[in-house]
Parts: sequence; structure tokens; C-alpha cells
Amino acid sequence: MIQQAKRILMRHGTLLLTFLVFVLVYYVGSKLYPTMQKPQVFFNLFINDASLLLVSIGMTLVIISGGIDLSVGGVIALTSVASAALLRASVNPFIVIPLMIVIGVALGALMGWIIQDLKVQPFIATLMGLFFARGMAYIISLTSVSIKDPFYKTLALTPIYLPFFPKTYIYATTLVGPIMLLVVIYLSFFSRFGRTIYAIGSNEQSAVLMGLPVRRTKIMVYAFSGLCSALGGIVFSMSLLAGYGQFASGMELDSIAAVVIGGTALTGGVGNVLGTLFGVLIHGTIVSVLQFNGTLSSWWTRIGVGLLTLIAIGIQSVFYIRQKRS
Amino acid sequence: MVETSNEIVNMKSICKSFLGVQALENVDFNLYKGEIHALVGENGAGKTTLIKVLTGVEQPDFGEITINQQKTVIRSPQHAQTLGISTVYQEVNLCPHLSVAENILIGREPHKFGFIDKRAMNDMAREILQGLGVDLDVTQTLGACSVAVQQMAAIARALEISSAKVLVLDEPTSSLDAHETEQLFGVIRRLKSEGVAIIFITHFLNQIYEVADRITVLRNGKLVGTYDVKSLSRLELITKMIGRSLVEYDEMVNLKKESRQFIKTEPWLDANQLGRFGSVEPFTLDLRAGEVVGLAGLLGSGRTEVAQLLFGIDNPTSGSLWIDGKEVKEHSPLKSIEYGVALCPEDRKNEGIISELTVRENIILAMQAGLGWFKYIRIQEQYEIADKYIKLLNIATPFADQPVKNLSGGNQQKVILARWLATNPRLLILDEPTRGIDVGAKAEIQKLVLSLAQEGKSCVFISSELEEVQRTSHRVVVMREQKKVAEFTDESDEKIMQAIAGSSL
Repeated sequence: MIQQAKRILMRHGTLLLTFLVFVLVYYVGSKLYPTMQKPQVFFNLFINDASLLLVSIGMTLVIISGGIDLSVGGVIALTSVASAALLRASVNPFIVIPLMIVIGVALGALMGWIIQDLKVQPFIATLMGLFFARGMAYIISLTSVSIKDPFYKTLALTPIYLPFFPKTYIYATTLVGPIMLLVVIYLSFFSRFGRTIYAIGSNEQSAVLMGLPVRRTKIMVYAFSGLCSALGGIVFSMSLLAGYGQFASGMELDSIAAVVIGGTALTGGVGNVLGTLFGVLIHGTIVSVLQFNGTLSSWWTRIGVGLLTLIAIGIQSVFYIRQKRS
Repeated sequence: MVETSNEIVNMKSICKSFLGVQALENVDFNLYKGEIHALVGENGAGKTTLIKVLTGVEQPDFGEITINQQKTVIRSPQHAQTLGISTVYQEVNLCPHLSVAENILIGREPHKFGFIDKRAMNDMAREILQGLGVDLDVTQTLGACSVAVQQMAAIARALEISSAKVLVLDEPTSSLDAHETEQLFGVIRRLKSEGVAIIFITHFLNQIYEVADRITVLRNGKLVGTYDVKSLSRLELITKMIGRSLVEYDEMVNLKKESRQFIKTEPWLDANQLGRFGSVEPFTLDLRAGEVVGLAGLLGSGRTEVAQLLFGIDNPTSGSLWIDGKEVKEHSPLKSIEYGVALCPEDRKNEGIISELTVRENIILAMQAGLGWFKYIRIQEQYEIADKYIKLLNIATPFADQPVKNLSGGNQQKVILARWLATNPRLLILDEPTRGIDVGAKAEIQKLVLSLAQEGKSCVFISSELEEVQRTSHRVVVMREQKKVAEFTDESDEKIMQAIAGSSL
């Protein structure tokens, strides 16, 4: 019995830990600021960090494969401005939204191809992607473009009230993240594609020798991240009803931090997208606590997240060493 | 004896050379279904190259390969797999973060309604392993399992994926204990009974006698012969692996006779029951100025470990080292250089040359190390030193600023030799200095060692080529299974060979 429990702990230790940290931070926050105890505050985490969640989900798969995607913030900015500009030109939103997704996937696939076939380091290739995307965003418009399209406005402003919690609501855009989460849970644990991603991150050379479709999978992982970034951009622009080149500046870093805090190792081969969810929630909780405080600068968020990331990596190392010894 | 229709692999007159060094010269090799065929030879003999040719990693320069009575050109490792040839390497090529079952079946997992059926996958993996006679928890992460288990998983996948007809096991028992080795042998025997042909590369001779049907001996890139294990005694085997070859070196015999008179009577270096747990048993060895002591023995017998203790790479766990009557307290390569001890390591590529640096930079490296950061050797002096040794050792390089990675193996070895000679050492430890080097350079190096002795230096000469050791050394120390077992002065080949082979002949 104890052996079984020990094994479960070893295998899912980091996930459990991330969950506990989230619970702890939330609990401390709600004790300091009783208003935080309202259920709406919890759901606000999902509303406010909808894009971050989407982007981090894609980032999780990329990091598990042993790579990294720095372009996510830029793609959000690009898709937000592009869609705003198109909507301003009276293009139908049902054409705009799929088009943005195509852009995201295409850009991701292109970076994936550069990484795989041209053998450029993921860091460099996606950094170039970031510069390109953000640059393109500013070329489309130097200033913010507001969105007045009625479909967007309806989705952005219509609250969906939740069944069990009185006076608690979310928006339609809030649901995209959790849905993607379920999709990626399926992919990463129950699909050959996902297991190949883990194999590549674990030992790419071995994966090749084992006959796995490494090339195809790696390109697809970056394309998928592009998809998530595009979705993040659509959600972002919907929530703010605007498109701007400055949007999501630095979001790639917050997303990497969320993924790492969630227990995914930057070295690849290990990770759980569920942990990423908690990583994002922790980020949101810290932001909330600071907002409730009102006096501290919002930059304390970055410091808090930085510290947690460091601690998370430290714990990962301990687990890794323990595993090796046993 | 056996009909040719039973022959599954036939390699004829295989030749392969790298950078001017002949790795394989007219080697023949064949394999029958259901046989366990051992492939042996010291490092540099050509085993790895032969296997790389068979598994499609390398293309032979010349020769013919027949698989299942059909002439074939093996284009790539993937192609070799489709032909039914699978290899399990020493460093297991699987994914440590995935489970055992996943490693065996990934790419062909059973599905149910679009989801991977984990239960079915685990059951399948369990079944496959049981077919090999192995019972273990397939849901465990592979990285958390012992090397023995990882190997089993690798073998299971190899058999599953390519329904392998030929299984190549490269040094499979190096990381296994006695019990795990027995398990592996059980698996091998089972596969043999199912008609799988197994090529078993190893340097553990006992294991060959336990499990192999035939054995092929390679030496210096040439085929010595293929024998039935039952009709080959251990002594005969060792003789074929490292015994006397046909080249005579008369002048060396005279050189050695002459050099004896220069050997001082009192030793200046004394290793007193020096040993290291897990590496080599405590040994006693003393060295005199002007003396060449040879270390003979098979691969894995502890010779390199002795060298590493003498040079300070390893810290001893027992005994003491005395230089000029004073005990050495601090063991490090830097301290050794200060005492005048130098080591040319066995792994020239990884532990010897700094491939990106030039010949000159490689040569003055140890000297500079001894002087520290601030006493920089002037550029002019560097060139003088480099040119001196290029001339002295006949290093074939157009100029001293050639990156050393462009040189042939033999010349790289000479560069390393030059590096240590430049430090003017009292003791020069040479670990396999002539491995992978052409005959001409071999002779040069051996003569050089004796002439250094005449100048008053001491030398420890380690080689798997017994005749080389005998030719160059005044005394021969024999190592076997990490223990010093004998010391000879001018003994016959048989006596030394027997000491290497051990009591069970």
C-alpha cells in the first residue's frame, strides 16, 4: 500500500505540488483580502488569463518536445491587429476568425520547418518569428485599432451566468481555453502524436532510431503552438475589442514560467498540461492579490512568478535526482 | 556440416578505411540461422566497423554482402531493420521518460475509439517480455529501471519492430551483474531456439565459452579466423587475439639489450599497495630511471586504471604512492606534471587532442599548464618547440598551425606524445599508443620509447599487442580482472600468455 502511494507520489509529485501551491496562494490571498473569497474571483482568473492559458497550452507541448516558442506574444499581437483591420474593412468575422487561425498555423509550421530542416535552434527561430510577427503587426497599424463588429461585441459583452454559483459569470471566450485544455489532455496522453512528442523530448536521437515520425511531429508541434497563439489572439482582441501591436508584450515569458511552474521540465520529455493550468492560475492569483492590495506595484507579480519558477525548477531537479537514484 | 540454405548473412572481402587507416582489410564473416556467434578483438581490431557495415551505418569500400542468399547493399540503418537486422547498443537507444511498455510499442500502440488503449498496450508488452522469459512491471518509467531491464526492453522492441532475424548485441553485459547476465543468456538461448541469429560482441571470454557456438577473431583490421568455440581452448583464443604476428623487429631486440645497462638500480617511484575500490585491486609497482615497464593484459583487466592512479586522475582508496622517497599527498594531473609524470591517454580523440586547436597549440599545452596562467610561453618559443618535435617525431603536417583534427590518427598520437615530451617528464605513461596506427608509425613509436629510456626516463607501456609489449619493455607486468597477477623479465610468450589467460585454460 505504502509502496503504491509512494509510486503515485513520485510519478505525479510535481503536479500535486503545483496544485498545492495554487491552493496555498489562493488561501493566503483570501485570508488577507476576504473579498477574494467570492467565487467570481476564481472565475475571473479564467476570464482575465484566457489568452495566457491558450498560449501556455501550446507552449507546454513545444517544451515537452524539447523546444521552445518565443513567438507567442507576437502572434497574438499580429492576429489582433490583422483581425481588427479586416473587421474595420467590413470583412465578415466568420472569415476573419478562420483566417487568423490559418495565419497562426502557417507561421508555426514555417518556424517548425526552419527548426527541423534548416537545423536552426528553436530559441533563435522562434525569436525571429516573434520579431517578424510583432513587426508585421505594427506595419498593419502603428496605433490601436478598435473593433466595432457586432458579433465580436456580443461575444465580448454577454456574460454567461454559471449554474451553481449565484451572480457568477464568464464569457464565451473564456471557454476556449478549457476546451483546448481537454483537447491537449487527449493528445498528450492518448494519442500517438502526443506520445511521440514526449519521446522526442526524452531522447530525440533514440526516437529517430526507433522509427518514429520525428520530423513530421516536430513541425506539427510548432504549428499547433501557432494555432494556440492565434486562438489566444482572437480571444484577446475579442476581450479588449481592439487590435494593437503592443498587445501581449512579454507574454511568452509568463507562459514559459507557467509551464515550468506546472512541472514541465525545460529539458523535455516530462510534463503535464494540467500542471500548466495551475501555473496559469497561480499567475492570475498573484495578480489578483496585488490588485486587491492596491498599493504594491504590479511588477511584484513578475518577481513573485520568478521566485516560484525558480523554486519549481529546484523541486524538479530534486525529483529528477531522486528518480535517478532509485 | 550445415547446409548453405541455413546461412543468413555472408560478408565477403569487406574493406573499409578511414582517413588512410585501414579499419577492415579483406574480412569475411558469415552467420547461420539460430547460431550465437561471438565477435572478438581488442579495441581497434575492427569489430565495431564490421558491425557498422552490416547494420548500414557505414558503406564498405569493397566487398560483397549477401542476406538470405540475396546479394544486398545495405543503404541505411532503417534499411537494415527492414532486412531484419537489429542492433542493441551498449548505450540503450530508448526514451528514458516513457514507460517500458511504451518504449517497446510506441509507433504501434493498440487503439480503442481513437484513444491509445493503455491497458491493452501494457498487456501486449508484458506478453512480449514473457515470451523472452522476463517478468517485470511494464508501467515503470524506463529511466528508473536498471540497465539490464532497459536492455531487455531494447531487445524486445528490436524483435517486435523488425521481426528480427539477426540480432546484434554490442557489449551487452558490460553493465550487468552475474544474475542479470544469466537472465540475458536465458533470453539469448530462447531466441536461438526460435531460429534468430545472434552476433554477440564482448570482451568477456568466459561468457563466450558459456553461450557462443562460433567465434570470429579480428585483429588490426584483419580476420584471424572463425572457429567452433568447442574446439578452441582459451589459451589458443588469446594467442589468436594478441599473440605474436609475423613481423620481425631485429634491431629493436638489440636496442633493448643495449638499453638495459642504463637502468639505475634504485627505484625513484614506488606504488605501495596502491588501489582504488571498484577500479583496481591494490598493487605494488616500482620504477627505475631508464626502465620500460610494460603492462600486459586483456581489455578490462585494469591497465588503464593503473595508469590513472599513477597519473593522479583517480584518488586511491588504499595504499600510497612515493616519489623520490616522499609520499604523494595530493593526487591530481597538475601535481603529477609537477612531479614529472606524463600520461598519453588511451582515448586519443576524447581525452588527448583538442581537435579545434592547432598542432603547435596542442604540443605546448601541457608545458603551459605546468607554468600556469601568467608565465605565458612566447610565441616564438612555441614555434621552436613545435618545430623541434615535428621533426623529431616525423609528424606529417604541412605546418605547425594545421588544426590537429585534420591529421591522421598516427600523427595525432605523435602530437600528444610531443606534448608530453615537451614537459621533459621523468615518467611517461603510454596507454595504447600504437592503436589504430599504421605499421610504420608503430615501429617508430616503439623505438622512440626505448631511446627515451636510454636518456634516463622511465616509461610505462600499455598495449594489448603482447609482442609489442615484450619488444619494448624491460619488465612485463600482467594484469587480469583488475589485479596484478604476475611480473616477468624476459619470459617466453607462453608464460606471459598463460598469466593473461588465467588458471582455467
